[in-house]
Amino acid sequence: MSIAEECDTALGWSTGRGARLGKGIRILLSAGAVLLFAGPLVTVFSGAFDHNPDPTRLSLLPDRPSMVNFTEAGDKGVWGYLANSLIIAGGALLLQLAVSVFAAYALARKKFRGQAAVLLLILTTMMLPEEVIAIPLSLVIGDLPLLHVSLKGTLLGVILPLGAWGFSIFVMTEFMKEIPVELEEAAKVDGAGELRIFAQIILPLVRPALGVVAVFGFTMVWEQYLLPLIVADDPSDYTLTVALLSLRSDQEVGPGIVLAGALLALVPSLLVYLSLQKSFLRGITTGAIKG
Amino acid sequence: MTVSDTVHDTRDVGPAASGGGAVGSHPVRRRHRRRLTGSTFTPWLFLLPALLIFAVFKYLPMAEGVRLSLYRVRPFLGDLWVGLDNYARILGDERFRAAIGHTLVLAVGQTLGSMVIGFALALLLEGHAKSLWFVRSAVFLPVVAATAVIGEIWRLLFFPAPEGFVNSALSLVGLGPWTFLDSPDTSLASVVFVGIWKGAPYDMVLILAGLAGIDRRQYEASAIDGASTAQRVRHITLPALRPVITILLTLASIRGLRVFTEVYVLTGGGPAGSTDVWMTRVFTVAFERDEIGVASAGSVLLFLVTFALTVVVQVHRRRKEAG
Repeated sequence: MSIAEECDTALGWSTGRGARLGKGIRILLSAGAVLLFAGPLVTVFSGAFDHNPDPTRLSLLPDRPSMVNFTEAGDKGVWGYLANSLIIAGGALLLQLAVSVFAAYALARKKFRGQAAVLLLILTTMMLPEEVIAIPLSLVIGDLPLLHVSLKGTLLGVILPLGAWGFSIFVMTEFMKEIPVELEEAAKVDGAGELRIFAQIILPLVRPALGVVAVFGFTMVWEQYLLPLIVADDPSDYTLTVALLSLRSDQEVGPGIVLAGALLALVPSLLVYLSLQKSFLRGITTGAIKG
Repeated sequence: MTVSDTVHDTRDVGPAASGGGAVGSHPVRRRHRRRLTGSTFTPWLFLLPALLIFAVFKYLPMAEGVRLSLYRVRPFLGDLWVGLDNYARILGDERFRAAIGHTLVLAVGQTLGSMVIGFALALLLEGHAKSLWFVRSAVFLPVVAATAVIGEIWRLLFFPAPEGFVNSALSLVGLGPWTFLDSPDTSLASVVFVGIWKGAPYDMVLILAGLAGIDRRQYEASAIDGASTAQRVRHITLPALRPVITILLTLASIRGLRVFTEVYVLTGGGPAGSTDVWMTRVFTVAFERDEIGVASAGSVLLFLVTFALTVVVQVHRRRKEAG
């Protein structure tokens, strides 16, 4: 083993001295880590497909495989909750993407008076914990200013407040700053208007950023708990994640049905993560370091 | 930056310069008008949706929260000005003070626990092999899953009977059975555990990014000098990770203070208020006791503490970077 190879990691895993023993320990510890962190999620799969497991009988593999939990969960309105969740996720995500792309275009590609102030306003919203404004927000949603319309009990009441997110505006702005001005200038010389430059030059170039922002936007929207809870007028307005608790408190509902609901709430996040993993990891590092 | 400056400058100058010239020719006038609006209105037009949403759903509620915290809120009867009375009431409330204590334990426990476990995971899983990538992806899954889902899973795994999932596993190594979420003695520790379980893989990813940035020649030099692995980690790896660790501590402690969903789903603040935290208390006061004013005072206080914490850390960081 050369020194360079030995120095590949902080702990020098590939080091010559006792490498075989080190490898054995590493495999064992890695297996333990996978079991500890992924194992509990696997029990959701097995429990959801297991016929009527009592909470003491959770396991990594289903005992008596069946779909009965899903039919019973359906009777308890789980598909309706899932539909609420998906509509909110889709609507809020689209709105968030559009809003942040527009805002970032102005912030990254234009110079105007008040720009610093706008940037500060947006950064402040990133520092403001959502939980802190939950109570007055529920009052605002119940009586929108000027319009005096109540969004209580509507999906729009959850979607609109999620429509603008400081993080995605911020990430988008950083990406858009990277685009060379010459491209824009060339288009302008050719007589392209503002909207055409935006749609045909800028948008295609920030597609990788759209991936990052979409993954995080989805996770952020799917994670929402307090907001759908305070907007709901009636349990039928609940999102799937919020409904899990009321499902569990239902005396007739066994853990198998709760797990079926939990699985339905888990799968979209897993799909998004597994299909866009690179964007996800990139976003975590840029978001944390710059934000 | 300089390129964009000059470009914007010429554009700003453009209309004025060409204004006196070819007034009669049609295409020039069209371009002229577009340039004028382009330089003043367009940015605001593009910003409008974001500003509108922020104004209505962030800034208005924030102002409204501060206002409500100074009133006794009475639906239909009209609000009654009470000054700082709500603040005095919430700070005088024993349950609220206990909740602040739990919040601090939870924030510190989760932050430090996630950091230590995340660091250990990062050291364990650093490297380019495909198998390591697979293990990292699997370990990262708790970060992706929604908190409410995680809460339901752990409630079932923590089933307090000896036959419960975690208790059966513990009995294999001769421990337990424990009561976990169902007894006031162990409930807070169990909530901290779940927080670490979800937080550690997140910290791991950031620490891995930090590890990747360390200059390998430093490791080589230390190997030539005959330094042990422990010395290498202590004198090269840890100092190099300091910026990442600072960021993680800030993010995590702020996140820890505002914790709501985990506790609400796992225990609802119980048993016997043993896991009640700042936000669950505020929620109870607002929506179960209908004391919106008092709850708003609690929210404003949380905001002030979070804000102060952020400012302190930022100032500290700037000073360190400057000095």
